[in-house]
Amino acid sequence: MKRDGFLTFLPWAAPWLAGFVLFTALPVGLGIWYAFTDYTLLEPPIMVGTKNFARLADDPILGTVAWNTFFFGLLSIVVGTVLSIALAVLLSKPARFQAFWRSAVFVPSVLPLIAVAAIFKLGFDGELGAANQLLGFIGVEGPNWFGSGAWAWTALLLMSLWGVGPAVVIYLAGLRDVPKQLHEAASLDGVGSWGRFIHVTLPMISPVILFNVVIGIINAAQVFVMPLVMTGGGPGRSTYFFAMYVYDQAFQYGDMGYASVLGLVQFAAILVLTGLVLFLGQRFVYYRGA
Amino acid sequence: MERIRTTLVYVLLTLVTAVALFPIGYMLLIAGGEGERFAEGGQTLFPQTAGEMPGNLAGNLDTVMTDGTLDFRRYLRNTLLVAILAVSGTVVSSAMVAYAFARVRWVGSKPLFMLMLATMMVPFPVIMVPLFTMFRELGLIGTFGPLWIPAWFGNAFSIFLMRQFFMSIPRELDDAARIDGCGHFGIFRHIMLPLATPALLVVGLLHFMFVWNDFVGPLIFLSHRDQFTLALGLQLFMSRLGTTPWHLLMSATTLMVGPVLVLFLLTQRSFVEGISTSGTKG
Repeated sequence: MKRDGFLTFLPWAAPWLAGFVLFTALPVGLGIWYAFTDYTLLEPPIMVGTKNFARLADDPILGTVAWNTFFFGLLSIVVGTVLSIALAVLLSKPARFQAFWRSAVFVPSVLPLIAVAAIFKLGFDGELGAANQLLGFIGVEGPNWFGSGAWAWTALLLMSLWGVGPAVVIYLAGLRDVPKQLHEAASLDGVGSWGRFIHVTLPMISPVILFNVVIGIINAAQVFVMPLVMTGGGPGRSTYFFAMYVYDQAFQYGDMGYASVLGLVQFAAILVLTGLVLFLGQRFVYYRGA
Repeated sequence: MERIRTTLVYVLLTLVTAVALFPIGYMLLIAGGEGERFAEGGQTLFPQTAGEMPGNLAGNLDTVMTDGTLDFRRYLRNTLLVAILAVSGTVVSSAMVAYAFARVRWVGSKPLFMLMLATMMVPFPVIMVPLFTMFRELGLIGTFGPLWIPAWFGNAFSIFLMRQFFMSIPRELDDAARIDGCGHFGIFRHIMLPLATPALLVVGLLHFMFVWNDFVGPLIFLSHRDQFTLALGLQLFMSRLGTTPWHLLMSATTLMVGPVLVLFLLTQRSFVEGISTSGTKG
């Protein structure tokens, strides 16, 4: 088979090659450079060495946003994983109208985040919201959801769980690939359905779990729209997350240098955490044919 | 035992579906409500009698579209304009680049493809500030430019999706075309594009949804209310109201959710396939 030269490849790949240089490589390079400068947009950047990095050490807000982001991510990934596997198992049972049930679970995740945030903001409104009205029906007086940190977190968590659809679809595909013979063999050995789930299904779908957890980490590190619109970071700074802080440093306080440092910290955190999860995953994940 | 189990499955499915669809129904219910009732605190979640059934959705939508202070008609026009420019750019450029990765046999093609996949890992906040300053240098802040120009340079995820599709087209067809005297352009034009129409549609659809739903891009790159997209308009409406007319806000939300919902229902299969391939949401 005849090979092509670079000159044949170039015109076809030109849009992406140019785009890679302009919209990925150059911004990443500039971002690293800005991290070492004082840059307020009003004047050209001035080199200040590692001053911006030194600020990380005594930035009291950084600890808050890092902890909030980490803990909320952990919570939503753990609860989200359990919920989406449970939903996938339920949706994989033979049932009529299966396409309908599956679509219903998936639908929330295609809606615009900002629209979903608007619905949930009203839904959790202390006086008018559906949540407290429904609680009222069963005689429970609902809390003022956005008035306390713990309840605001609960509202945000419920909203993020409402969008587990894509993970469920991926788990469904994973469940479909679990060989039937394994379940049959385990049944013959007298293993009950819970035992088969733990000892057959879970190990077989463990690579899918690992994949979804990694995607979950990347998404959780960037949570932005949902808290911005629902709580504005409050009450206090209880729902103030990392990406919001980067945005505020850049576009509210105009401190592009420090915002760039924070962006790099975020990138490094994502790389370290996904790397760690992938490394630990090697020990727990069962790869067929490995 | 078996029957109890089957019943349980259906009960759970119904419950899950109810929870999944409830917020959408709730949005429609409030969107069709009367403003005065809300102000009095008289609007309850469930209408008490049949006579109180909300049925004012059309009227509320009209208010949201035409009222000068809300002006969602303008936001809708802006969003559609950006979407047309960005979607056509993504489809054209991604198809070209996907062809390069699928069919042009140059030694460096594999490593570059890996590099392209790696770029999907770079989180937006990292390049957010430099992108802003770059577009500012070009005088494009406060224009639609930053929202659609990059789309003409290929989108890694779209290229990946289309390349997978091109790879599934038998190479014998290329060879036949080559014997008939076709070069790369002829193969692309007469073999790939006609056969890959479904893939082009999926990529176009997913990118349309991305543009329609995108909030952070417009938030950073637009500055005047006149240019706002639906996502920004909705946030503005939400943030500037002390005494929120919730029924109008939910009408505006319906305006944003409706088209996405319809598109999804019409094209669910390709949607779910796209998601399964990527594992991520847009």
